[in-house]
Amino acid sequence: MKYKVINILRQFGLLVLVVWTVVSLVTLLIELVPGDPAVAILGENATPEQIDSFRLKHGLDKPAFFFTYSRDPELYRGIREFEQQPKEKERRNEQWFVSNAVEDLLVDLRVREFRWHGADNRYMNYWTGVLHGDLGNSFKTDTPVLNLILERYPNTIKLALAAMFIAILIAIPLGVLAGTRKGSLVDNFSSFFALLGISLPTFVIGPFLVYLFAVKIQIFSATGSLYPEDIVLPAVTLGAALSAILTRMVRSSVIEELGEDYVRTARAKGLSERTVIYKHVLKNGLIPVVTILGLQLGVLLAGSIITEKIFAWPGLGLLLLDEGIAKRDYRLVQGCVLAISVTYIFANALTDWIYRRLDPRIRLS
Amino acid sequence: MNRLAYIGFAIIAVIVVTAVFAPLFASWDAATVPDTALRLAPPSGTHWFGTDVLGYDVFSRVVYGARISLQVGVTVTIISAIFGMIIGAVAGFYGGFIDKFLSGYLFNVFLAFPGLLLAIALVAFLGAGLGKMILALCIIGWVGYARVMRGQVLKVREFDFVQAARAVGASNLRILFIHILPNAIQPLIVQASLGMAGAVLSEASLSFLGLGIPPPTPSWGTMIEDARTTYTIAPHTLLFPGLAIALTVLAFNFIGDGLREYLDPKQRRR
Repeated sequence: MKYKVINILRQFGLLVLVVWTVVSLVTLLIELVPGDPAVAILGENATPEQIDSFRLKHGLDKPAFFFTYSRDPELYRGIREFEQQPKEKERRNEQWFVSNAVEDLLVDLRVREFRWHGADNRYMNYWTGVLHGDLGNSFKTDTPVLNLILERYPNTIKLALAAMFIAILIAIPLGVLAGTRKGSLVDNFSSFFALLGISLPTFVIGPFLVYLFAVKIQIFSATGSLYPEDIVLPAVTLGAALSAILTRMVRSSVIEELGEDYVRTARAKGLSERTVIYKHVLKNGLIPVVTILGLQLGVLLAGSIITEKIFAWPGLGLLLLDEGIAKRDYRLVQGCVLAISVTYIFANALTDWIYRRLDPRIRLS
Repeated sequence: MNRLAYIGFAIIAVIVVTAVFAPLFASWDAATVPDTALRLAPPSGTHWFGTDVLGYDVFSRVVYGARISLQVGVTVTIISAIFGMIIGAVAGFYGGFIDKFLSGYLFNVFLAFPGLLLAIALVAFLGAGLGKMILALCIIGWVGYARVMRGQVLKVREFDFVQAARAVGASNLRILFIHILPNAIQPLIVQASLGMAGAVLSEASLSFLGLGIPPPTPSWGTMIEDARTTYTIAPHTLLFPGLAIALTVLAFNFIGDGLREYLDPKQRRR
């Protein structure tokens, strides 16, 4: 019992640690933008007043982190000009010489200064916001990022679940058929199908399906989400890779289970092959499949970024690409990345937990 | 090795030859200078794969696109394999707190970002470009190698010959490089060939999203992105780059699967 509690606490601790790191990394992503984010967003023609008020509004006037160890650009240029002028010609001849790099580093270290800024910094402010359910306001439209995300997220989840459903619908019968008839034509076909599904990128499958089912045979519309059946093409596109992976899993799982003693016992009891496979083999064989499903939910959420773009499906991915990245709305990009990765982490943790419940052998080890 | 793996090797050989000797098959001018008079022309004697919406020769772009794909694939695989192997070896070999930190915490952090998302985020903030894309793909790629390497080192570490080497006083580095590494390398080769498939696919995906190599440099992903508005009237603009990506990825997957089966006798028997 004591061991169990410690184990749960340890896993929970790790989960908290990972979430903390991921959120921190996302928070600091904005510091990667080359140059000044405010200038990047407002454009080169913005007046200094516009830039200042923008910075103030979005908290970009605050320091990035608790401390900085940055160089003073004025001082740096001064030292360079003063010290290096006579050497310039000599340096040019030996551009890749090690001493040059060392020299640069020494100058760099002299103009760097350690400064402590305290708790009022962008990192802390973003974290405080996250903990209060506030992901900041969009740089472009000034609406709360959280609202934008919540508006689009249900569409993405719907698409991911539909894709998963289609994948299961294809994979379980095909995998069982292939596993029980190893080496047969069905088996070879399923192997080929699986490799095809893994190798064909979504942005090839998607347009191909549109060409077939929206242009040649006009059953579905090519893009959008006006009608309920519009989800079919995106879901098949997104689920294709998963169904391939699952088919392989189910196949090898079935083959493995068929060799177990309990299968021989069941057969010796006189059970029909059908009962043996569907009641005994599949029940045990599906345990690893459940894990893959859980792990793949996050992959689907991320993979839907591309699918949503192909089909103009109004989900989180399209929000990230069209509103976030294309319009340089970095705050929105942060929010979307955060939402997707945190969902992924929790989906994985949940899967792990279900997996342990399902299989007592893992719980004990 | 199974037949599919040989087919995979053959496809890759063709693609490598195409990429290396691209100027012999296609012209750089036709790939990067559009012929605006000839937009969306269907495949013909002069334009084998037709022309695209801007008037580029699709065949030339597919041929030169192989260069970018292989360049990104090979660079990303080599860098992330070396980096991952070092981290994985350190985690597996030293164990204890180092292993807890690396495999328990660091691996989990990098696995917490699903697939492409981290690469998309990095490129979105850093800006597009070949170098930045390679960097982003390495950042998401190394963990796979590190995990495999750690597992292998943990397994091999306990073997008698490693204990013997330690008993005669071999240094840690010597044990790691001379004794453990050669015995742990097989699954890493499988991982590398699957990693190549993943890297080629990721490059195409990022380019498709407009986060890859800026135009007019030909890349398969960019070609598909360009074809997105025109493929309903000119399917060839999508078909050929799509086929190129699918064949390359399929070939690397064939090789990876074949090698895994070949190197793992347990699976071969099945």
